Amino acid sequence: MIEFRDVSVDYGNGPVLRGVDAVIGEGELCLVVGPTGSGKSSLLGAAGARVPHFSGGRLTGTVLVDGRDTREHLPRDLADVVGVVGQDPLASFVTDTVAEELAFAMEQLALAPTLMRRRVEEVLDLLGLAALRDRPLGDLSGGQQQRVAIGAVLTAQPRILVLDEPTSALDPAAAEDVLAALTRLVHDAGITVLLAEHRLERVVQFADAVISLTADGVATSGDPATVLAGSAVAPPVVELGRLAGWDPLPLSVRDARRTAGPLRERVLAGSSAAAGGPGSEGTTAEPGSFRSASAGRSAGRSAARSAADEPGTPTLTADGLHVRHGRAHAVRGVDLALAAGEVVALMGRNGAGKSSLLWALSGAGPRSAGTVRTAAGADPADQRPAVARRQVALVPQSPTDLLYLATVSAECAAADSQADAEPGSTARILGSITPGIDPGRHPRDLSEGQRLALAVAVQLAAAPAVLLLDEPTRGLDYPAKAELVAALAGLRRQGRTVLVASHDVEFVAQLADRVLLLADGEVVTDAPARDFLLDSPVFAPQVAKILAPAPVLTVADVRRALDAGAEPESAP
Amino acid sequence: MAVIEGPVARAEATPARGRGLHPLAWWAWAAGIAVAITRTQNPLVIALLLAAVVLVVTVCRDESPWARAFGAYLILGLVVVAVRVAFYVVVGLPDSSPVLIDLPTVPLPDWVDSLTLLGPVHTAGLLGAIYAGLRLAALIITFGAANALANPKRALRSVPASLHHLSTAVVIAVTVTPQLFTAVGRVRRAQRLRGLDARGPRAFAGRLIPVLQDALDRSLDLAASMDSRGYARGTTPGGGRHVTAALVVALVAGVLGTYALLDGAAPAWLGAVGLGVGAVVAVAASVRAGRRVDRTRYRPDPWGLRENLVAGCGIVAATAVVLGGWLDPGTLSAGLTPPTWPTLNVAGVVAALAAIAPATIGGGRR
Repeated sequence: MIEFRDVSVDYGNGPVLRGVDAVIGEGELCLVVGPTGSGKSSLLGAAGARVPHFSGGRLTGTVLVDGRDTREHLPRDLADVVGVVGQDPLASFVTDTVAEELAFAMEQLALAPTLMRRRVEEVLDLLGLAALRDRPLGDLSGGQQQRVAIGAVLTAQPRILVLDEPTSALDPAAAEDVLAALTRLVHDAGITVLLAEHRLERVVQFADAVISLTADGVATSGDPATVLAGSAVAPPVVELGRLAGWDPLPLSVRDARRTAGPLRERVLAGSSAAAGGPGSEGTTAEPGSFRSASAGRSAGRSAARSAADEPGTPTLTADGLHVRHGRAHAVRGVDLALAAGEVVALMGRNGAGKSSLLWALSGAGPRSAGTVRTAAGADPADQRPAVARRQVALVPQSPTDLLYLATVSAECAAADSQADAEPGSTARILGSITPGIDPGRHPRDLSEGQRLALAVAVQLAAAPAVLLLDEPTRGLDYPAKAELVAALAGLRRQGRTVLVASHDVEFVAQLADRVLLLADGEVVTDAPARDFLLDSPVFAPQVAKILAPAPVLTVADVRRALDAGAEPESAP
Repeated sequence: MAVIEGPVARAEATPARGRGLHPLAWWAWAAGIAVAITRTQNPLVIALLLAAVVLVVTVCRDESPWARAFGAYLILGLVVVAVRVAFYVVVGLPDSSPVLIDLPTVPLPDWVDSLTLLGPVHTAGLLGAIYAGLRLAALIITFGAANALANPKRALRSVPASLHHLSTAVVIAVTVTPQLFTAVGRVRRAQRLRGLDARGPRAFAGRLIPVLQDALDRSLDLAASMDSRGYARGTTPGGGRHVTAALVVALVAGVLGTYALLDGAAPAWLGAVGLGVGAVVAVAASVRAGRRVDRTRYRPDPWGLRENLVAGCGIVAATAVVLGGWLDPGTLSAGLTPPTWPTLNVAGVVAALAAIAPATIGGGRR
């Protein structure tokens, strides 16, 4: 259906894609993987003729979409063959209500009104949107919006769907919804899907083929297991498979679980050896260094716990916190206490009140009732923002909102003077999070991960005791996420408190000591991360699902458990 | 309506259930009231019409953001009255009516001729300022009412096919503007997090850049999405020159006709003929241009009895005031020297009743 023949794309700063040759067959679900900036979006754009007709730049080679050459066809001429769905569904909506949005493409194609009615009904059923038909688009949840965006291109009955990170903004359950709808389209309607996604753990089991791009735009395509075995970005299940030396590489939790029997025994033995061994004493000497040992994490957590129990130690407390936005009651009576040297994850559905809670805690957002106290006993909302950020700093959901200068170095210098920090400290923090960012670049030209690092560095310049982050992993690839995990773990070692709102289970599994689960504005669970993540079917990370009942969350945990099991005598 | 519907869309128009009235019905009603307001200076009639408009909006509006914006129009109306009165008090000219308050006069340099700041406030001048402000406020609020009752996006869906691309562009502008305001708020909040709490031009510039970048990104996203969904693909290329030429002819004829109407020396027939020819050519060009845009409309809003009634109410209100003023010019305005209570004749009552009638017809949406 889609054929790339020696395709290269160049926007003027060196090629983004180099000589890509790939064929995507009829009815396939093809996954595009690669680090940020590797040209995934350009490849998807080329399939929909947006590159180069809409984006500019220079495309050499040939792209054939259902036999049509994109050199001669504009995106609008392909509307009946290719449906393109972007990352942010709200940005792509033209009309007000669900049914009108579904009809928009058909109106442009001049279909007869009776046919339009029928197709709108069919698509409403296919995507489970029938109950929402007349609802305003702005009132829908993120998952519903994304399904409407898919439906809006499906009504034109394209034979190909191109999706650029359709689940990056969604909570796990909503992402499942969207992916279930996609697999249904592939299996029942025979639609060819080209999909880019950072969180491979969500999609890789559905893929029939994978195009893997390297950072300099070279592509490898083929069978998922073969391509991912050598790929730089890989989901936890693949990494676990590589660690265990499984061949063929399992891609789904189900396949892995069926292969994992012997490994599970070894891990179980290893983790009981680590728990019963002398490890706990050794690790309390280094509280918070959770990455050093799996037992170390629980020790670090219990240290944080006991610190939290002592009066006067919490760095941030909230009592009876309520936030109302007009008629919506976003946060309903939240009490919490955050201890020094603790990383707490805030989880929950889209719209559960996570962002409202973070903003209220930072003192910058609205608060209807309740109190917030920092370690010094002050309320951040009563202080000037420039003072409050020395106690509690927030990195908002779109970190670019914080940035407004033309170069990275200018941003760093401005951050130093705003925080009264000594010159160069922001640049130093930035270097410790993500080394090697060219200070002369424009912040807009950085990758998502680099931009987030810059925003975090700007907020850390004031040396706050508590750092709040709202959905930081959105759009981050695995290496960028690993850098973020390391940076936040570093903060924990310095005795700072980190509260991070996230949908990303694997990210939380690598980092958090404690999880707060919000539902409908209330805290429904406040539990140690390990207990919570092992216990929940929705929030369990892949490794935990594969190796249950072994108490491991990440591949690193497994590696340590295996080491402990192999040489139980070696005390740290 | 028959002229402006596309050929295919008219074929099988299946209306959506539970929708409000056709937006153009509300616009016709509002236009009728606006005509009535401009044709009378009787503050009592204007106040009655204004009350009718507010009542109809209160009863008939839905929960859309447009409807919620009506309060802003009310406030704007109050501001208009206040500004008009303040202007009179500060720079108003003296007249012969009794002085209400004698404010001290602020002397101005000699070269400012015949203008005094403050000074005596006369009854007639003050009343006149209040009446004039009220009229302008009523017009603004009527416009706001049309906006609150008829979603402008849906109104634009009813424009002729030849204006399809233009109307889509307007719809996008209407959508993006509130997003721009949201973005300003979001960036301001985010920059406060950074400790930037300054006001003034520098802070404004710092906020402007992220907001504009955001707006640009969103517009590009939307444009890309529309392009990929086939927007503008139905246009048959070529043939545009005839339409352009026809529109130029229509414009020239219209200008000639208007000139002839306004200039008493020109022959009387020239005005009517010029305007007529202009209108016919413009409609023909529009229909022709509309044929070249190949697209259909999903569930167009139906025009039925209730639409006729609501639009008719507007026409009745306008006609009543115009006729009333023609038959009995004395009731058109209220006396200022000496101030007299305005008289309310039958025409005024009929106009107010007609204006309020849609409260019983137009409700019951959703």
